[in-house]
Amino acid sequence: MNTGTVKVYDLGHARAGDKGNTSNISVTAYDDRAWKILCAQLTPKRVLKAFAGIAKGPVTRYELPKLKALNFVIENALGGGVTVSLAQDMHGKSLSFLMLDIELDG
Amino acid sequence: MAIHKSTIRVGTGAGFSDDRIEPAVDLAERGKLDYLVFECLAERTIARENLTRLKDPERGYTPYLVERFQAVLPACVKNGVRIVTNMGAANPLGAARAVRREAKALGIADLPVAVVTGDDVADIVRNNPQLPLMENGAPVESLLPRMASANVYLGADVIREGLATGAPVVMTGRVSDPSLFLGTMLHGLGWRYDDYAKLAVGTLAGHLMECAAQVTGGCFIDPGKKDCDDPVNIGFPYADVTADGSLTLGKLDDSGGRLDVMTCTEQILYEMHDPTSYITPDCILDITGVDFKQESKNRVIATGAKARPRTPTYKVVVGYHDGYIGEGEVGYAGPNALARAKLAEKIVRERLQKRGFTYPEIRVDYIGMSSLHGMGTGRTEPYEVRLRIAARSPDRKAALAVGFEVRTLHVNGPSGGGGGSNGIREVLAVKSILIPRHMVKTAVTVEGTL
Repeated sequence: MNTGTVKVYDLGHARAGDKGNTSNISVTAYDDRAWKILCAQLTPKRVLKAFAGIAKGPVTRYELPKLKALNFVIENALGGGVTVSLAQDMHGKSLSFLMLDIELDG
Repeated sequence: MAIHKSTIRVGTGAGFSDDRIEPAVDLAERGKLDYLVFECLAERTIARENLTRLKDPERGYTPYLVERFQAVLPACVKNGVRIVTNMGAANPLGAARAVRREAKALGIADLPVAVVTGDDVADIVRNNPQLPLMENGAPVESLLPRMASANVYLGADVIREGLATGAPVVMTGRVSDPSLFLGTMLHGLGWRYDDYAKLAVGTLAGHLMECAAQVTGGCFIDPGKKDCDDPVNIGFPYADVTADGSLTLGKLDDSGGRLDVMTCTEQILYEMHDPTSYITPDCILDITGVDFKQESKNRVIATGAKARPRTPTYKVVVGYHDGYIGEGEVGYAGPNALARAKLAEKIVRERLQKRGFTYPEIRVDYIGMSSLHGMGTGRTEPYEVRLRIAARSPDRKAALAVGFEVRTLHVNGPSGGGGGSNGIREVLAVKSILIPRHMVKTAVTVEGTL
């Protein structure tokens, strides 16, 4: 047993944006401790696993330490792109909460 | 000779074509603004408006143009607030004329409007079929027979040129969103178009403000976790920018929403990929050094933006016809709801197949369960499930059949299916190309008497 799990939801806040068939989702840590956990554990691999049913990837992670924010660029994630997608949420606005639902080690 | 100010205040009037009207009026009335910028063009809007213009040569501008100007013109004229907007869409000249008619109806006999043209490069694209698509490298040639529009994202220089005419309103088609804002600073603060330290500040300001309420509490609230004041009346942002390049974002004190380091941090990364290289027609912005500091309630200071010189090309969005999407929905609730929805799906699929229709892509959603984040694992069955089936086809008949077969479940389908709906829409897709700047010829003309 580890010390328990924590959701990204409890560590930071998120926003999703779209460009063509690519979704970008930022995760901003609430504090320094959360920032360390996110940097260590919220890897592109972990994110792609959570988005497996939705996105093909690849996933690129950019770090912005001054803002305590990670920016994930998730390619092939929006059903071909906003203008042609068959999805109701063609912009992928709701995907920020799929990111926040990811469980990490506390 | 132009007289430049040491500080200007620029407000956002709209963050998308269907945005609320009254926050702009509030800013125009009591915001002490110099400029009010309305960003109203999504990627495919111009393609759609080109189709409108084909039917009516007077139209082809953004649908809410008249309502917006009717609402804000009185306060803007009274307070000397100049308006910059891309509401011209596929017909900036037609938009300018519509604005002038509306002004006249409001008692402003001759409202000069500067019109920026040259973003429409459909002819240039037709004459250069070899240009490669950014998405897949294939030549643009294959899209030409289905092309509905081709427009470059112009930069802040054309906004400066429009403002330099002295007209109270600058009307454009496609201009990059941050450039609409940066242009007011080039003009109002006398910034040079090669002073990249300043272009960085103005581009950052534009990027933070272009989606209006998204930096002042919109797309932010999560009740009990991240709340804000008066979410019914969220105020739109303004920026105070000084000639030497300081930037403070604000919103009016008794407007709703919030403006703080959290809202700014979410918005700075919105639609951002590599944070060292946000490419606009004006510069390549690097936000990795940006810091936000709360100055007071509703005011945030942003520092640390950097920029590299602009690229030698303009980005072109090509809009083209890409077939149809047909869809249908029906809801089930109570015991065995999911199983009934799944049977309904099976029936529709088999009937479409039996009728000889095939589709390059069919999507099935169980709304309430899997429509937004997919089926996941271990998800419990909800009390209600709404089945949605959508499919694309180049053939209108095949697309129509999807909704038809969902509709016929009304009397032929599983038990207890209710609240059906169905429809079809024409798809206007977009792809991008880059073209050398020298190919693009812009012009600024003025409608009315200065």
